[in-house]
Amino acid sequence: MVKTKSNVIQREAVVVKFVGDSGDGMQLTGTLFSDTAALAGLDLATFPDYPAEIRAPHNTVAGVSGFQVHVGAKKIETTGDLCDVLVAMNPASLKSNLKWAKPGATIIVDLDTFEEAAVKKAGYASDPLEDGSLANFNLVKAPITTLTRASLKPMGLDTKTVDKSKNMFALGIMYHLFSWSFDATYDFFNKKFKSKPEIIEANKTVLEAGYSYADTVEALHSVYQVSKAAMKPGRYRNITGNVATAWGFLAASERSGRPLFLGSYPITPATEILIELAKFKSLGAKVFQAEDEIAGICSAIGASYTGAMALTTTSGPGLSLKSEAIGLAVMTELPLVIVNVQRGGPSTGLPTKSEQSDLYQALFGRNGECPVVVIAASTSANCFYYAYMAAKIAMEHMTPVILLTDGYLGNGSQLFRIPKVADLPSITPPMAVANDPDYKPYRRDPETLVRKWAIPGTEGLRHRVGGLEKEDVYGNVSTDPLNHQKMVDLREAKVQKVADFIPEQEIMGEKEGDLLVVSWGGTLGPVSEAVEELQKQGRSVSHAHFNYIMPLPKNTEDVLKGFKKILVCELNSGQFVNYLRMTHPSFKYQKYNKVQGLPFTVSELSRVINQTLEEK
Amino acid sequence: MINQPNLTIERSSVELTKEDFVSDQMVKWCPGCGAHAILSAVANVFPKIGYRKENFMFVSGIGCSSRFPYYVNTYGIHGIHGRAAAIASGVKIANPHLSVWMATGDGDSMAIGGNHFIHIIRRNIDVNIMLFNNQIYGLTKGQYSPTTPMGSVTKTSPQGTIEHPFNPGELVLGAQGTFFARVVDTNPRMMTEVMFEAARHDGTSVVEILQNCIIFADKTHDVVTNKDVRDDRQIFLRNGEPMIFGKNKDKGIRLNGTRLEVVTLGENGITEDDLLVHDTYQQDPGIHLMLAKMAYPHYPVALGVIRAALYPTYDDLVEEQIAYGKANAKIKNVDDLLNSGDTWEIK
Repeated sequence: MVKTKSNVIQREAVVVKFVGDSGDGMQLTGTLFSDTAALAGLDLATFPDYPAEIRAPHNTVAGVSGFQVHVGAKKIETTGDLCDVLVAMNPASLKSNLKWAKPGATIIVDLDTFEEAAVKKAGYASDPLEDGSLANFNLVKAPITTLTRASLKPMGLDTKTVDKSKNMFALGIMYHLFSWSFDATYDFFNKKFKSKPEIIEANKTVLEAGYSYADTVEALHSVYQVSKAAMKPGRYRNITGNVATAWGFLAASERSGRPLFLGSYPITPATEILIELAKFKSLGAKVFQAEDEIAGICSAIGASYTGAMALTTTSGPGLSLKSEAIGLAVMTELPLVIVNVQRGGPSTGLPTKSEQSDLYQALFGRNGECPVVVIAASTSANCFYYAYMAAKIAMEHMTPVILLTDGYLGNGSQLFRIPKVADLPSITPPMAVANDPDYKPYRRDPETLVRKWAIPGTEGLRHRVGGLEKEDVYGNVSTDPLNHQKMVDLREAKVQKVADFIPEQEIMGEKEGDLLVVSWGGTLGPVSEAVEELQKQGRSVSHAHFNYIMPLPKNTEDVLKGFKKILVCELNSGQFVNYLRMTHPSFKYQKYNKVQGLPFTVSELSRVINQTLEEK
Repeated sequence: MINQPNLTIERSSVELTKEDFVSDQMVKWCPGCGAHAILSAVANVFPKIGYRKENFMFVSGIGCSSRFPYYVNTYGIHGIHGRAAAIASGVKIANPHLSVWMATGDGDSMAIGGNHFIHIIRRNIDVNIMLFNNQIYGLTKGQYSPTTPMGSVTKTSPQGTIEHPFNPGELVLGAQGTFFARVVDTNPRMMTEVMFEAARHDGTSVVEILQNCIIFADKTHDVVTNKDVRDDRQIFLRNGEPMIFGKNKDKGIRLNGTRLEVVTLGENGITEDDLLVHDTYQQDPGIHLMLAKMAYPHYPVALGVIRAALYPTYDDLVEEQIAYGKANAKIKNVDDLLNSGDTWEIK
């Protein structure tokens, strides 16, 4: 589709946000927009932002559902601070999202929804489209409802069906704005509504009507041109963090030859991992939707004892419920991966918002001396890799591993360069062999301190494990004081030895300088973008982003010592910074924290980093 | 598919004996505890069941009964309080080729583990549950449990309990249990016979063992197990046999309207033909429920296999779905999966 009339603006990156009522189909609109962007060769990151209620009251701020997409010709590391284009399908969504629009942003509204009652229900004193409050924006008042209905009138569909396709009108306007093709979206319609040809026809009609509207009225003044991103050659797909997590586990199961077992209980925002794995009985995945969080992890421990690659997935409150059982897995030294897709806490907290406030719980939230490996993914796409590594470490080191992701990574999506399973690191669990005369349940490999995995059914290896303290080597119940001390030390040392098998911590930037910015987990995008920006301006600042938390990489001390100041940024009140103070006490740490259920913005980080650099 | 389990557990090629299942650990139950007799019954019945000894697995929770896995030489997990049913579910689903046994008590399975207990039963996962019902918390030294009779004075009910106890059979059947049996720890032969039937049953089997805690609830079941009165206060049910009991085999159970009734043979013209004939395999749980609820003094307590109905098991259905999935899926491995749907090449 060639654009002739409007001005063409070359852009390196554009942020678009679709907002509307919960039932307006904003998640689908955003997803289709992203798929088309990806096929157009752009890099991207997306983030859905939806309320905890399935359908909050119509036309209220509480019921606003949004989907933000950051597309670009450059490497896209965040979902974008503020948007260049805001598509608002009703007054409430405009009201709650205007603060996320850049000054001068293009705002496209469905004019038909700005009726007096709806404007008032959204909390406006006067109609924002008329009172001049949007004077600093490029406001496009599109009668979306009216034009959608008009375009479908010849088809004679019912009003409900017609109005459900309004979102496609908005999407059509966007495709005009970016001069993109309809192909990917048509493919989607054809697959999704295979048995309903009239719905396919209706959606196509409305999509084209939106496009033509934008073309005809020239309301947009200009269109964007974003050239293809320079990306590493390879085959790509768009993937959310939760799906990537699920697929990483499937890959680890295939590569290790250990069958996948997931025991899980639905909880926002982790449920999608359970849903995704439930699709793959065809790959031998056994997925057990348990009666509660405790049964989820306990069934996984049972499965692990029998030789399965065992998983349980949850979010913060669920991790609390699993604490006692994690202790059982530590005591029985069985492989187990516990995924915590973190959300805002404490208690039920902010189920649909993201936070990094479960780090303490992951590290310390159990009775007794109870060490587990803790690792954290840092992008939606690398959830695949860290899920894979979590399973690898769990099985090879016979230990529970807690994998921390968060709602932002889990629900957000990113382009993912598709690996070959054969190219992933090998996984070789320490299986005990039948009739091994030397087999003892707690005899350890002298290097790794890992015990053997003896699978029920195997001849000559019958043994019992359990939550009572174990006698060294033999595994019988023991209350001997010195044995207990020894076993406590061994369990700790075994987990610490994992540090010999994980990559060294990298520094982005110079190894010495004025300031090291430290972050971990889901904040990689905004922190690295902020640091890179300042590095370009010549500031002496570097960045260390941690994925391996317990144990920390062996070179952590060396990484920290090269800088005059260390600033730890995290989405909690300072949990990782305190962990560093505990493990590497010789440094003085500064911290920057935010606990609002929102990600960092690049601009706030740039400001804070600059301030830290300038302070004497 | 019903009646035809599609999985078999590998059988032993050699004849096993009781010694094959004796563990080298010191048994630390109190002298005189009913659990000793249960352990002995298990060691007796396992060789008879005939599976390879490596294919047996014991799972337990916490409590006196839950020390069981340490005392029998099989694979085993001594779990955490109340969670045995959840652990056993994972064991059986992950490896259906194991004969999975669970040792649990009235507190472990019906108080802290109540949720897992009803759900394993509802799902009909093929696990054999031995429920040691001594009506007391023994390991924590004498607090009342969910099966302690109302009014009992215990350490935590100095004025008598004010809670209505569970009847385990009622709970099992309410959770759509497919197998429920009741035995007494004083009758080893009865225990072995019923445990064998539990092992044969495809699906969750619950065997309630009326067990004596000699320290904290001594003689709690005496009213029905005492040698002098037991024949008149117990009825052992066998499939296809009329419900007759009593020292002189002169009492019986008949259905009078919608209720069970104890009758005396020869009185008022009652003959054996008037009595109920036990139908263990009946799918409708109505009569089974009435039998499970029978209690002294109005009725004899029902022992033996009260219900053994055939329904598909969860573990079989999982294997069926996996087989179907593998046979019909386009995605055969993770590389297929990674490249499925919308993907594109960047050069």
